[in-house]
Amino acid sequence: MHYIIPMTVTATVRLQREPFDAAAEAAMLTRGRTDAGAVVTFTGICRGAEAGEPIAALTLEHYPGMAETEIERHVAEATERWPLLGVTVIHRFGRIVPGEDIVLVVTVSSHRQAAFAAAEFLMDYLKTRAPFWKQVEKAGGTTWVDAKATDDAAAERWAAPGRDAAE
Amino acid sequence: MIIKLRYFAWVRERVGKPEEDIEVPPGVATVAQLMVWLASRGEEYAHAFANPKVIRAAIDRTHVRPDTAIGNAGEIAFFPPMTGG
Repeated sequence: MHYIIPMTVTATVRLQREPFDAAAEAAMLTRGRTDAGAVVTFTGICRGAEAGEPIAALTLEHYPGMAETEIERHVAEATERWPLLGVTVIHRFGRIVPGEDIVLVVTVSSHRQAAFAAAEFLMDYLKTRAPFWKQVEKAGGTTWVDAKATDDAAAERWAAPGRDAAE
Repeated sequence: MIIKLRYFAWVRERVGKPEEDIEVPPGVATVAQLMVWLASRGEEYAHAFANPKVIRAAIDRTHVRPDTAIGNAGEIAFFPPMTGG
């Protein structure tokens, strides 16, 4: 399935090691336009504990080349499903310590429903389909984070009827 | 046919390398068959591919199901379920 991002939509996908400025990214999407009525900004943050155990850091591994393409595909799908004016997705990789930001999704629309839904759709897909893997650093060593069934269920509710989940 | 294999996260750790070029042996036509063959290549591969049901695959950077034909793939990646976001 191929989606094309309309030229009227400002879409940005970035993978980076460095931190990002969520407020500046949101401001950049709405600056100079008067048709935007809603901006949803979601930031995923590294927690300091997992299952009650303190963690020192998360290290995010990704599949360069595929990660960008996969996120862009879902951004394009979001622009087709909702009347968006702008989308920005930034996903960090490398070592991230508790309190630092991991991921940013910003969606802009004329009305809030589309902005909320598209942001949630993108996050659910990032969790389950974007080729990133989290490794947790604890006092006792490192372990890979297991995928959560609840994340799979959250992503599945967006699946269009008849669409192959592996495509 | 020579293809590039790439491994990520604990699949990479268990295999002991991030990537390699392999010659696909005769009789290996699908991603699932490739995993069975890889598991037979030694202890580290047997460990990595002990439970192929939990391993995901991508052909030329697109998610695929295990029954997908290898065809003219240039690059096949194996990795655990994704945990981004």
